[in-house]
Amino acid sequence: MAEAAQATAQVTTANGQRISLLRVLGPAHIWALGVGIVLVGEFTGWNFSADKGGTLAALMTCWFVGLLYTSVAMIDSEVTSTVAAAGGQYAQAKHIVGPLMAFNVALFLVFAYTMLEVSDAILAGDTIVARAGAEGLTHDSFIALVIVVLAWLNYRGVLMTLNVNFIITALAYISIVILFFAVQPWSQGTVLKLNELVTPQNALPYGWIGVIAAFQFGIWYYLGIEGTTQAAEEVRSPARSLPYGTMAGMITLLIAAAMTWYVCASLLPWEYLGVTYYPLWDAAKMTGSPVLEFLLFWGTILSAVASANGCINDAARAWFSLGRDRYLPTWFSAVHPKYRTPYRSILFLLPIALAFAFIADLNQAITFSILSGVLHYTFMSINIIMFRNKWPLGSIRRGYTHPFHPIPAICLFVLCAITFFAIFLGFGSQLIAMVVFYIIVSVWFHFYRYRYVRRGDQFTMPWPKPKGY
Amino acid sequence: MWITISYLAWAISAVLAVWMAYDWFKTDTTFTEDQLTSSREGEIEAVSEKHKV
Repeated sequence: MAEAAQATAQVTTANGQRISLLRVLGPAHIWALGVGIVLVGEFTGWNFSADKGGTLAALMTCWFVGLLYTSVAMIDSEVTSTVAAAGGQYAQAKHIVGPLMAFNVALFLVFAYTMLEVSDAILAGDTIVARAGAEGLTHDSFIALVIVVLAWLNYRGVLMTLNVNFIITALAYISIVILFFAVQPWSQGTVLKLNELVTPQNALPYGWIGVIAAFQFGIWYYLGIEGTTQAAEEVRSPARSLPYGTMAGMITLLIAAAMTWYVCASLLPWEYLGVTYYPLWDAAKMTGSPVLEFLLFWGTILSAVASANGCINDAARAWFSLGRDRYLPTWFSAVHPKYRTPYRSILFLLPIALAFAFIADLNQAITFSILSGVLHYTFMSINIIMFRNKWPLGSIRRGYTHPFHPIPAICLFVLCAITFFAIFLGFGSQLIAMVVFYIIVSVWFHFYRYRYVRRGDQFTMPWPKPKGY
Repeated sequence: MWITISYLAWAISAVLAVWMAYDWFKTDTTFTEDQLTSSREGEIEAVSEKHKV
């Protein structure tokens, strides 16, 4: 398949036609991209919600944030199956809301994915160092290895990148399933001790405000599933593959989140669960089985690598799309004539990710990623309302139509508002700084950069005029 | 052993970074800027999706 794709690429170039991204992906690749980005959140991240509000709060956020992301997946599937372009939500925002919103959405995407990539690389490096236990060993070399090898893989082609992601994501997922069944979940008391570890006295140690505060890290159960849309321009059948891959990915993650909470809450006391960086690996250690410990160590590493891999893919496509529409210099919109990847965008973001990974700590990187992600989800709730109003059902062809509109949009907006409040409780100054940053770059875009944009060229969807225009 | 693996990680990273830089240079000097930046959004939609429902 890869050789055939490359041969097609060369023929196209030789004929003097446009050099475009390759349409070679199917639903399994979409699943691998979405679940690959997210699954690391089960191996670390979600458990900090237990520190904010206790183990029961972590379970509640698993459900409520699951509802938030189910809304995200449904909304995204409908809009992206109609606006099938690289950049995903950026292209959606451009056509539905307008250029300034689109510019901001693209920045949300690039920040969210680059910071998540940085967090993943730090996690992989720290996990290896923790396992090695060697004096003088630092995580820097492993961080560089993860980021550079994955950038190289992305540079060489999207098909191989997501084939690799499919395999390593599936292996990481299987490690959770094996752990779940190995601890005999049907028989509480044999290995699992949920009744002893979660009691009425410690289930919600900080009351209901703790549940609200836990939303900030509950996001990690599913953060990034919306990344499937970035591959819209590279799937063979966007109208079929994107909804199918995204919804299958969301179902996979809901199951993984439930299994992860149940096992970890039944093996680790909440005071420890809320602060450890390796909840699943530590849960495996608690079973006393070296095989499970080995499996979950590799599960942690593979999930971090899969996530970083998907993030490089998505951040580069968002950046590439900005260049293609002249929102940034067109230099970034170059496509490699042989590998058909946005190679300059990949290379441009590589040193940025390395710099953040070497200077930032895990908490800062995670917080910037979450903040950009939630800003992005808030946009999506407004976007779908405008999409349905401007192009009602029946006016354009949709690959997928999500049910119960506008309930998912309202649900998404309310849950985003709660999450913003939760972030404000924990990281108020970072939230304000980030919002100020986006306001400043919006002013720059509106008054300076937009003069370089070819205004008619940026709207590419052959749709009828929106209702009311 | 882990220190050796750490040096190996640096070496692999350096080799791949140099390879990408070389390929970037080779590509940019072989093809014109117009060719490399010729991708356009919505090409498939323009020929396959007429949106007549």
